Amino acid sequence: MIDTMMAPTVTLAGLTVDVNEEGFFLQPEQWAETMVPELARAEGIADLTDRHWQVIRFMRRQFEENGTGPTVRVLGKTSGVSIKELYQLFPKGPAKVAARIAGIPKPRGCI
Amino acid sequence: MVDQHFSMDAHGMTKHIVILGAGTGGTLVANRLRRLHTDEDVRITVVDQDGEHLYQPGLLFVPFGLAHGDKLVRPRQDQLNRGIELLQVAVERVDLADNRVVLADQRTLAYDVLVVATGATLVPGETDGLVGPGWMERVFTFYTLAGATALADALAHFDEGRLVVNVVDMPIKCPVAPLEFCFLADWFFQRRGVRDRIQITYVTPLDGAFTKPVASKMLGSLLKEKGVEVVTEFNTGTVDGAGGHLVGYDGRTVDFDLAVVVPLHGGADYVARSPSLGDELNFIPTNEHTLQSRVRPNVFVIGDAAGLPASKAGSVTHFEGEVVCDNVDRFLAGAELVDGYDGHANCFIETGFGKALLIDFNYDTEPLPGHFPYRIGLPLLEESRLNHLGKLMFEWVYWHLLLPGRDIPGVGSTMPRSGKRLVKTHQEVKA
Ligand SMILES: Cc1cc2nc3c(=O)[nH]c(=O)nc-3n(C[C@H](O)[C@H](O)[C@H](O)COP(=O)(O)OP(=O)(O)OC[C@H]3O[C@@H](n4cnc5c(N)ncnc54)[C@H](O)[C@@H]3O)c2cc1C
Repeated sequence: MIDTMMAPTVTLAGLTVDVNEEGFFLQPEQWAETMVPELARAEGIADLTDRHWQVIRFMRRQFEENGTGPTVRVLGKTSGVSIKELYQLFPKGPAKVAARIAGIPKPRGCI
Repeated sequence: MVDQHFSMDAHGMTKHIVILGAGTGGTLVANRLRRLHTDEDVRITVVDQDGEHLYQPGLLFVPFGLAHGDKLVRPRQDQLNRGIELLQVAVERVDLADNRVVLADQRTLAYDVLVVATGATLVPGETDGLVGPGWMERVFTFYTLAGATALADALAHFDEGRLVVNVVDMPIKCPVAPLEFCFLADWFFQRRGVRDRIQITYVTPLDGAFTKPVASKMLGSLLKEKGVEVVTEFNTGTVDGAGGHLVGYDGRTVDFDLAVVVPLHGGADYVARSPSLGDELNFIPTNEHTLQSRVRPNVFVIGDAAGLPASKAGSVTHFEGEVVCDNVDRFLAGAELVDGYDGHANCFIETGFGKALLIDFNYDTEPLPGHFPYRIGLPLLEESRLNHLGKLMFEWVYWHLLLPGRDIPGVGSTMPRSGKRLVKTHQEVKA
């Protein structure tokens, strides 16, 4: 019974990480760049381009500076990648998908 | 050119507090501070770009003929106590390094303490097509007086088809207002006997009706009850007013005959022209608890202008007022600031048919059921006529207690806990 209450874990690049029901990292420090290709494949992204990496690294930096991931609108203004292109890179929703791949918690969003 | 009068010695005995914006927050802070200090101790100057104070919560009622624009507006000057100087001119920029404000007419104001209260601005131009063909004909917003008034006319003649209510992205002022709009639209069309020929669809970028889980669930079922279809996680890329559809960045489309759109919001324009003052959306980085800006110790922020994880609402602005004034005082006296603000927000949610809900929450506690402010009081998270009266009362409270910077009897700035059923945890609610 206790097991089902606990957050799930997954193994990535040989390491165990804690994620929530939606697949967001619970402990961002467990993330490593080596996990990115596997995480991206799980999101249906087979070809990781430089542009993907630019967004993922940007998300990571933003999180380290602000404690939360940026929204799509802020990404479009500050990442150097337009919102249109962000959706081409991460069709299922850039803010959430890139956050999952960058190993950061679900963006807090706004209230 | 520097005007002598306005750049008067800011380092003498008299301290100069400059407040940018004479809306909800600027007005209540000016009035409160004026009561706390003599004219010799503190000079207070308020700057606003126009002379009319609009009761914004009233905008929700205009499209349904339940309120009229001219009744919602009063002169700004009349809301300010004696001994407060009001300058009617736009702010051009703030020079943080020189502790001065440059006005649009090139005059400058030197300050000891600056309070930023310039609110949030609508930026409809940031969404493709929104202000293009069909704008104010078939695509409206009720977030401006002109928009709400034009929409009243359109709704009165809307007899069949699909009404789409769309929030482009967060943050927006009063995040429950678009939901209230849906509830009132359902009531309005029923009253007109055309509800069965009209589809109402709520299109949101969020993954539910609202941001906070308990309230989201409650509001989600209320939408369902009222036959409002909900489209979630929709990021509007283009509004095609001529063709009649919203196009999402992910390629999804939503067709409409009439669209009511809440445009993107940002901080005031001058923030972008003021080096190091704002973030990428022109909101001011602000300490969540002291309301001191993170950009300069002598700059404080109140209301919608603040980049805080709190709702952009008049009630929030009111609760912040006490803390801002306290901390401005402490700052002037060289004392340590207090962590006085807890994120307290309190919103009446109009649900139609003379009823309303009330939600009350803060940074750490989401809206919960119970009663407000004590065990005997207004029902929380429950539709009632009493709450509807509360919502109507708010207009009186706004002009007579909130703007003068007075406390509302029985309602402190921190969130009351005694009447809430704090038993349900997040997990239990989800289960
Ligand atoms: C449709 C709608 C419904 C709402 N309903 C509710 C509700 O039910 N309950 C609730 O609590 N809140 C509600 N609100 C929100 C509430 O009105 C705001 O949160 C509140 O007014 C914020 O106060 P403020 O002082 O931060 O900004 P404002 O009151 O908007 O004041 C900002 C002021 O700054 C001035 N300004 C801006 N730029 C410049 C410049 N460059 N130079 C000079 N002056 C400038 C503006 O003219 C304005 O007067 C609603 C808002 C809307 C739009």
